[in-house]
Amino acid sequence: MNAPVIARLRKAALVGNPNAGKSALFNALTGARQKIANYPGVTVERKAGRLMMPDGVPVELIDLPGSYSFDATSPDEEVTRALVHGEFAGEVQPDVMVLVLDAANLEQHLVFAQEVIELGRPTVVALNMVDLAQRDGLTLDPDALGEALGVPVVPTVAVRRKGLTELIAAIAVAEANFEADSSAHPRPHLTLPERRLAARNIAKAAILSVSATRQFHTGLDKILLHPWLGPPILFALLFVIFQAVFAWATPFADALEGVAGWLSDMVMVILPAGLFRDFLTEGVIAGVGSVVVFLPQIIILFAFILVMEATGYMARAAFIMDRMMAGVGLSGRSFIPLLSSFACAIPGIMATRSIADPKDRLTTILIAPLMTCSARLPVYGVVIAAVIPNVKVWGAVGLQGLVLFALYVAGIVGAMVVALVLRRSVTAGQASGFIMELPRYQMPRLRDLAIGLWQRAWVFLRRAGTIIFAATVVLWLLLTFPKAGPGESQLDASFAGHVASGLHVAFAPIGFNREMTLALVPAMAAREVAVASLATTYAVDSDDELQTEQALRDQITARWSLPTALAFLAWFVFAPQCLSTIAVARRETNGWKWPAFMLAYLFALAYVFAGITFWSATALGL
Amino acid sequence: MLWQRSGMKLEALERGAPARIISVDWSAIAPEEGKRLRALGIDRGTQITIAHRGIFGGKDPLAIVIGRMTIAIRRVHAAAMSVEPL
Ligand SMILES: Nc1nc2c(ncn2[C@@H]2O[C@H](COP(=O)(O)OP(=O)(O)OP(=O)(O)O)[C@@H](O)[C@H]2O)c(=O)[nH]1
Ligand SMILES: [Mg+2]
Repeated sequence: MNAPVIARLRKAALVGNPNAGKSALFNALTGARQKIANYPGVTVERKAGRLMMPDGVPVELIDLPGSYSFDATSPDEEVTRALVHGEFAGEVQPDVMVLVLDAANLEQHLVFAQEVIELGRPTVVALNMVDLAQRDGLTLDPDALGEALGVPVVPTVAVRRKGLTELIAAIAVAEANFEADSSAHPRPHLTLPERRLAARNIAKAAILSVSATRQFHTGLDKILLHPWLGPPILFALLFVIFQAVFAWATPFADALEGVAGWLSDMVMVILPAGLFRDFLTEGVIAGVGSVVVFLPQIIILFAFILVMEATGYMARAAFIMDRMMAGVGLSGRSFIPLLSSFACAIPGIMATRSIADPKDRLTTILIAPLMTCSARLPVYGVVIAAVIPNVKVWGAVGLQGLVLFALYVAGIVGAMVVALVLRRSVTAGQASGFIMELPRYQMPRLRDLAIGLWQRAWVFLRRAGTIIFAATVVLWLLLTFPKAGPGESQLDASFAGHVASGLHVAFAPIGFNREMTLALVPAMAAREVAVASLATTYAVDSDDELQTEQALRDQITARWSLPTALAFLAWFVFAPQCLSTIAVARRETNGWKWPAFMLAYLFALAYVFAGITFWSATALGL
Repeated sequence: MLWQRSGMKLEALERGAPARIISVDWSAIAPEEGKRLRALGIDRGTQITIAHRGIFGGKDPLAIVIGRMTIAIRRVHAAAMSVEPL
């Protein structure tokens, strides 16, 4: 084609109420893999992708946070408002609006829809979730809806990729019309009550029939939101998750450990003794390998979280937790970011954008790192496996899983106490309310779960291959040079050993040994590095080859006392050892003040609690 | 009956009983939250049912049903709304 140089790509934006399926549609149209989940407020920033049009010219498609109104109340809604009005920094106003509506909740979604249509931009409606509408016994007439709204309407099922071709065609038409006549046609603005009335009438006209079907989710909610049954069910579920993380992962983790051992053997056989062989066995296999063996546990943890998110249970958990959160001056709205932080504090801190109250949001950001993220799992896992016997208590409960659960609870309790204190001091303000839509339940789709798990596993492995690998290699070099003279231990002679001895002065009072102290330094990059560096340190420090190959777990069993090991666990409940978290906290709070505060208070807590743990365990004679 | 006309607080409404909001004291609700409630369709004239109330015998939060939607709110919001049972 010899078309003249196109000034810029055409741009279309996905707008609509939260949880309408915008991101699902975005993924289906662009092949992207944005997070989708069944609760409102999943997407909190703009994301761009490319949509190939039938004529071969791509359109820039933008996924936006869901919004109930252009009168924004939370930071994520503000992103949508600004972008749609062409006020977003560095971004021109989209040419076409793709308005995504939930077919099973038209009356509500049509209110904001009118606000979008009033903008006068070319608009196409994706009448999404028609499958759910059907499940709820609704028969809809898309043409009648289109007639009433004055814009084309295309029925879609984003997650089954239905209606996509028609939707793309409609976008193409809207875009072409816009080019032909590029002046916007703003429509008369209605007031909210007027819009609401219109929405009711339009919905009535578009719904052909309503057959009474048993509403599956009301039945489920009777149990899951039951005042006395709901909370125990939630706690039992959380408990099962942590038991499963240990119990189910063991065979897979053992297999991975076997592979690492075999690799190490192979290297020993193939390569001549020397620096390079040591580098591979001590640095790469012992170090990075010791982290990678936690892949099965990470996958199990994420599988539970993803199922909770996809079914719609997450919003119910927020409902149940609201009372407790209110007790410390927060709301159930903070619960979802905090629960996301169990996976990783970074998306958790991002997710706070859906919290309207700034003080609430800041408090949630500050306590998010206290939620036990998956990066702590390798640290907890290896230390627990090394010092806590694998026995059953009370019949069927694994002691190791119980200790893990206790560490998670310690993080949660710590977070609650900190929130309570913060809300009375630095983030004092009016207690805020809790207003949240509870989405309909859905069966999780296996494909989405598999993709979600694969993404998380990939992120974990990529971290192992980059940041953890790099930190481990540097540490190995510092541990290997200068070479020890005869009769001297390598650790004592090495550069890292000297650093560790210096730092150890500060950490000896709380029971840390020199290797642990050393591990804390590279672990500033990411917590898992602590495990990799311990493994490398012990591998370098071992006198003979047999010992080098010993799993880190056995090394710890042999070398650490119980109080020391427990103090190390307590340290990691609090310590903010993650550069990315600090960076994202800086971005989300617009400055260094709050991340600095976060670092200071968390390190102080870590030190104090590790100390208390060590001293009391010692006093108890453990 | 007069007491019904003047309405009862939503807070006091029985679970599962349909009602209509006849007035909302917006001054008792934080402005941003009022905005959010209105955007969700909670306003004078809305038909409403309480589906769930509180946990462990407490009264917070509430899950209310409007049309085809379930929304969690707090008791302070419910206390600001007067309803008439239908
Ligand atoms: N049954 C069905 N489920 C859908 C459809 N589209 C999306 N979903 C599901 O609806 C939920 C919400 O989808 P998202 O794409 O995350 O919604 P969103 O509009 O991006 O939500 P926010 O980012 O919170 O504004 C997810 O659980 C999806 O799997 C659909 O057409 N049919
Ligand atoms: Mg989204």
